[in-house]
Amino acid sequence: MISSQADATTADRSIPAAPRLRAPRRALWRYVFTTDHKIVALQYLFGTLAFLFFGACLAMLMRWQLGWPMQRVPGLGRVLPALSSQGGIITPELYSSVFSLHGTIMVYFVVIPLAVNALGGYLVPLMVGARNMTFPLLNALSFWAYAVGGTILLGSMFTEGGAAAAGWTAYAPLAALGTSGQDWWIIALLLAGASGIMSTLCYVTTIVNGRAAGMTLGRLPMTAWAMLATSGLTLLAVPALTVALLLLLFDRNFGTSFFMPSNMIVSGERLANPGGGQPLLWQHLFWFYAHPAVYIMIMPGMGMVSDMLPAFARKPLFGYKSTALATCSIAFLGFLVWGHHMFQSGMNPYLGTTFMISTMAIAAPSALEVFNWLATLWRGSLRLVTPMLFILGFLSLFVIGGLSGVFMASTPVDIYVHDTYFVVAHLHYIVFGGSMFAMFAAIYFWFPKMFGVLLGETLGRWHFGLTYVLFNLTFFPMHMLGVGGMQRRIYDPTIFPHLAAMQPVNVWISVSAYALFVAQLVFAYNFVRGLWRAHQGTGPRAGDNPWEANTLEWQTTSPPPEGNFVERPIVVRGPHEYGSPECDAKGVEHLPQNVA
Amino acid sequence: MSHPERANPYVSHQFETATQQREASILGMWIFLATEIMFFGGLFLAYTIYYNMYTDAFKEASQHLDVMLGGINTGVLITSSLTMAMAVWAAQTSRQKLLVLFLSLTLVLAFVFLGVKAVEYMHKFHDGLVPGALFTYDSPRRDQVQLFFFIYFVMTGLHGVHILIGIGVIAAILVMAIKGKFHAQYNNPVDVTGLYWHFVDVIWIFLFPLLYLIGRYLPGAH
Repeated sequence: MISSQADATTADRSIPAAPRLRAPRRALWRYVFTTDHKIVALQYLFGTLAFLFFGACLAMLMRWQLGWPMQRVPGLGRVLPALSSQGGIITPELYSSVFSLHGTIMVYFVVIPLAVNALGGYLVPLMVGARNMTFPLLNALSFWAYAVGGTILLGSMFTEGGAAAAGWTAYAPLAALGTSGQDWWIIALLLAGASGIMSTLCYVTTIVNGRAAGMTLGRLPMTAWAMLATSGLTLLAVPALTVALLLLLFDRNFGTSFFMPSNMIVSGERLANPGGGQPLLWQHLFWFYAHPAVYIMIMPGMGMVSDMLPAFARKPLFGYKSTALATCSIAFLGFLVWGHHMFQSGMNPYLGTTFMISTMAIAAPSALEVFNWLATLWRGSLRLVTPMLFILGFLSLFVIGGLSGVFMASTPVDIYVHDTYFVVAHLHYIVFGGSMFAMFAAIYFWFPKMFGVLLGETLGRWHFGLTYVLFNLTFFPMHMLGVGGMQRRIYDPTIFPHLAAMQPVNVWISVSAYALFVAQLVFAYNFVRGLWRAHQGTGPRAGDNPWEANTLEWQTTSPPPEGNFVERPIVVRGPHEYGSPECDAKGVEHLPQNVA
Repeated sequence: MSHPERANPYVSHQFETATQQREASILGMWIFLATEIMFFGGLFLAYTIYYNMYTDAFKEASQHLDVMLGGINTGVLITSSLTMAMAVWAAQTSRQKLLVLFLSLTLVLAFVFLGVKAVEYMHKFHDGLVPGALFTYDSPRRDQVQLFFFIYFVMTGLHGVHILIGIGVIAAILVMAIKGKFHAQYNNPVDVTGLYWHFVDVIWIFLFPLLYLIGRYLPGAH
């Protein structure tokens, strides 16, 4: 099955070609209302980076309250007069909104769209040798759903009562009550979900139907494999969230009680709601989406690392087939583990054991990928440039986050650390240390392809060194706080004696977090300078293939033309031929996928 | 370009061949339908849980649905699936007039379905079975019966939204068919619309017994 398309290399060429897409002349149509997947991906890139900055600012607010509880935030009263009536301190209500928005923005509006839509959407058609997505208009619409959803979420901060404050998980019945900010939160997430479904539908059909001649499944770059698996997760998981959100919206506005238990008493008054609903149903539907969402966040990065690593180790990826298989296994097992978020919510013990075992099982394919990357590094000719540094950072931090994940998979341990800062530490090691480090690597790696200019290497190294050290200083102590009993989402830890004793650790974390934030300004400067240089035509030009990589996107111009390839490529080999026997036989160091 | 651009008017710029375009659009629709199954699956899950928790109330509430109207609507939808399938066949075999006829018939049947559904909703409204402030039903299991009607209105309502979307799409296809856009060489839109329409039909096939019949023909029913 895999090789059936390989022989059809020349037959297809004689068939009349479709008309080529031409770039519209007007800038508005070319850059805003475009259907070119590359421009759509860049829209996502700029959008997600803007949200990343905003989400990080919210984290800074949280660290202020946790480091110096109830102290006036300098300037807060001026920036957010509506939200902070009490003389510039962070009120408990504001704090709840801030952590809810931080989680919501980082998950739904930064990491997922950055990994899947910005980088994945840029790379998928280029890597498989297609001119564009199979459904270019649908792909473009997905960005607009994302943009409108994001705008609504930001706008909800200015509604009466402020933004949603029920956490990024919005557990019912808490989320079924509360102010209108929660309604806007639901609508924003419905749009973000629609954006995910529309875009990943394009990715699957592009990978399945849009491949260039000779691009068999066994020659797909690992990014494309990961995007295929990620898209499958998105397509099957998001609808569960959509239906849960709709039912929650009905509960809030039309008096239904899908998630509202009977005889609920709020602030001393019995609710008029008929009740009879099951709050656990929300948790099941939510985590049926939100656990796969964890893999939606990490898997594109894992795929991109699998393609970047060989280019910097100058060796073929160790275990191409097992990496692809592990990717698909993670996607499959990812659907069977959602209950591990609910060990504390009330669950049949047999079911708990089942979820514990399936969760531990998912560590196996994840570890397989890690070992494949380590084996790829083994005796390679390493090129330690910025993207490679971020890949090595990703590897080490992903292992730490993965190990604390196995801790929590074990039900007896989880009951102790559930909803503590141990969980916060774990998820940031996976999402920041894992996904975001991989995304930084990918941005440094593909920026030259996107804009034709290399990012500054010295600045990049500073960015990596500072981020790596400060990340660990910020998030590692959270493990200790969690084991010490500090609850997640707590407003003021100092009111408990056992946490007050650990307050110096919180101060330490806050100081590190501020330094980590400042270190990201190095990246921001580097990125903006790169854009400026691309605009001005100055600075170090990237050329078509600065990393001497093999995948198809490096065999076209930087940036690629409208329609991606001047001549549609014919693929003759796999994506990681660096110093392989075939290269030795031909006397070259590496062989691109389409070079005969 | 090594060869001149010989434009195939039916193939969009991102595709190499008409076959590729056709396969992509059909796969795309199947994937979309898979997401739809997961979407309705969440609703069926809610139904299953509450049916198991409040079996008696669900059976009691189910008695108040109009099996006759529901049955007629089932027949209407299945017939519309037949006419849609005939429309796809007509498009694939370039039978222009038949295509227009069958698409129009499908459209009419879709409106009949919505009309019957509207009559049913009106009856529920008059009987005080619309949940919320208008719910006047009196029984020891009042709240649980109301939960059934929440589910009834949400599921049939969302199904009705799908019918409405289908009506819009079929109308657009009909206009294109009248202009003669579909024939043996190019009929993807008719094909994928057909897939969508059959899916909407299948959802109803599950909704009808679960909502209308569940209280009647199970052991222990009234």
